[in-house]
Amino acid sequence: MAILSLATRKTLTLGLNSTRLTQSCALRTFSLPELPYDYGALEPAISGEIMQLHHQKHHQTYISNYNKALEQLHEAIQKGDSSTVAKLQSAIKFNGGGHINHSIFWQNLAPIREGGGEPPKGSLGWAIDTNFGSLESLIQKINAEGAALQGSGWVWLGLDKELKQLVIETTANQDPLVTKGAHLVPLLGIDVWEHAYYLQYKNVRPDYLKNIWKVINWKYANGVYEKESA
Amino acid sequence: MAAAASMVASSSFTFPSQGLRLPTRSHPCMKAQRRILRKDASNVIAATYELKPPPYPLNALEPHMSQETLEYHWGKHHRTYVKNLNKQVLGTDLEGLSLEDIISVTYNRGDILPAFNSAAQAWNHDFFWESMRPGGGGKPSGDLLDLIKRDFGSFERFTEEFKSAAATQFGSGWAWLAYKANRLGVENAVNPWSSENDKKLVIVKSPNAVNPLVWDYFPLLTIDVWEHAYYIDFQNRRADYISVFMEKLVSWETVNARLEKAKARAAEREMEEERRKKEEEWKPTDGDEDDEGLEMYVDSDDDSEAE
Repeated sequence: MAILSLATRKTLTLGLNSTRLTQSCALRTFSLPELPYDYGALEPAISGEIMQLHHQKHHQTYISNYNKALEQLHEAIQKGDSSTVAKLQSAIKFNGGGHINHSIFWQNLAPIREGGGEPPKGSLGWAIDTNFGSLESLIQKINAEGAALQGSGWVWLGLDKELKQLVIETTANQDPLVTKGAHLVPLLGIDVWEHAYYLQYKNVRPDYLKNIWKVINWKYANGVYEKESA
Repeated sequence: MAAAASMVASSSFTFPSQGLRLPTRSHPCMKAQRRILRKDASNVIAATYELKPPPYPLNALEPHMSQETLEYHWGKHHRTYVKNLNKQVLGTDLEGLSLEDIISVTYNRGDILPAFNSAAQAWNHDFFWESMRPGGGGKPSGDLLDLIKRDFGSFERFTEEFKSAAATQFGSGWAWLAYKANRLGVENAVNPWSSENDKKLVIVKSPNAVNPLVWDYFPLLTIDVWEHAYYIDFQNRRADYISVFMEKLVSWETVNARLEKAKARAAEREMEEERRKKEEEWKPTDGDEDDEGLEMYVDSDDDSEAE
């Protein structure tokens, strides 16, 4: 049996942490990425209370459950237990998706003094005008889609790499954008699960959607756009 | 739970846009009609669904479910579902149907039509408020407890399974205890119980607005696990909310009453089925009316199908 050297790597952005020695291959587990700003830094658009719960409880729970599911999957694969492998798929999609989506979300937001809310410049700004006419028009469409979403989910601004076009999409629950199309890259996602806004906005999701644009980090979205459309 | 909405013509509404106003802290005895007919300015009768208050004041479930939660959950969410339902139904084929019929039609065998969300959520929330009572919780008794023991092993096992269903309904949705006495061949897209063990209690969970009516089950108890149901009182701690619901809020009396109705309906359906079978047996096969039925029991060279 191969002996693996234990290497501990810490990266901040994706939250990958130490490798773990198992029978024949290592299993990577995930950890909660740090927010690049204080919990209260997005007020009054999003309250500090919400940010803390959202990050420390909801996102953390997705990660914990994701890690658990991955461990179970790992074991099932090694045992050749196909039934368990199949059974775990929904837990992996829920919780892995939750981790993916929230990791993007924290980077989609920025305090106003760090550029949150500043309209997109650069090629993304231009692409928005081309695809949607104006930023206002884009925001209106995204908000309409977000408000109309039944139950829990996300509304996305994405790049269709194949068609070279910006798209607005929604996904249910914690489905990542890629489940709507293999060529879709998320630029901007807005969480419309009730936990994302309830303590502050209660049932008035449209108000949350109206206000969140004050702290949207277009710099990040532009960066992804430029990289992916290169 | 009224099976069919009754219609009451009312001449006291001169300003139809106001609708029926209900005080937020209503006395449990006040039973508002589910549907009213009213004449609007153009003298057209418009049927509407109204927001029924919970059978207790909004603060009556404290401290287990706060007044604030009821004010938003019933006063805003539930009210909005009813408002949207009326908007979506007005001037369409759905107008005049009972709520349960609207749910059935708009479920559309899983290919959900827009009014389904409003209709089902209006129904679900009525059902939810009635599933709870001040001083609730504890254990059921009598027939209900016997059935629970029969179908789940013990009350504790039932509680575990119900709580687990509620906790693992991912995203928005509901968990249910229902009475299943299915006819085969129910026309719906999703029937989670493909084995046909008739007449038993089952626990099911459903996403968003879906409820067991669409599977032709008879709902007995529900817990709302949309985040808005518990976020003010419990934030992310859904498991705590579920425990408190079971220990302090469930109205077993209501569940029991529903069970009796469920059994009665199952018995009715059985009799229906028997009657229909008998009719089939005696139905003439070739359009020849006399004594055709008797030929089934007689040997013949005829190859025609005897039914």
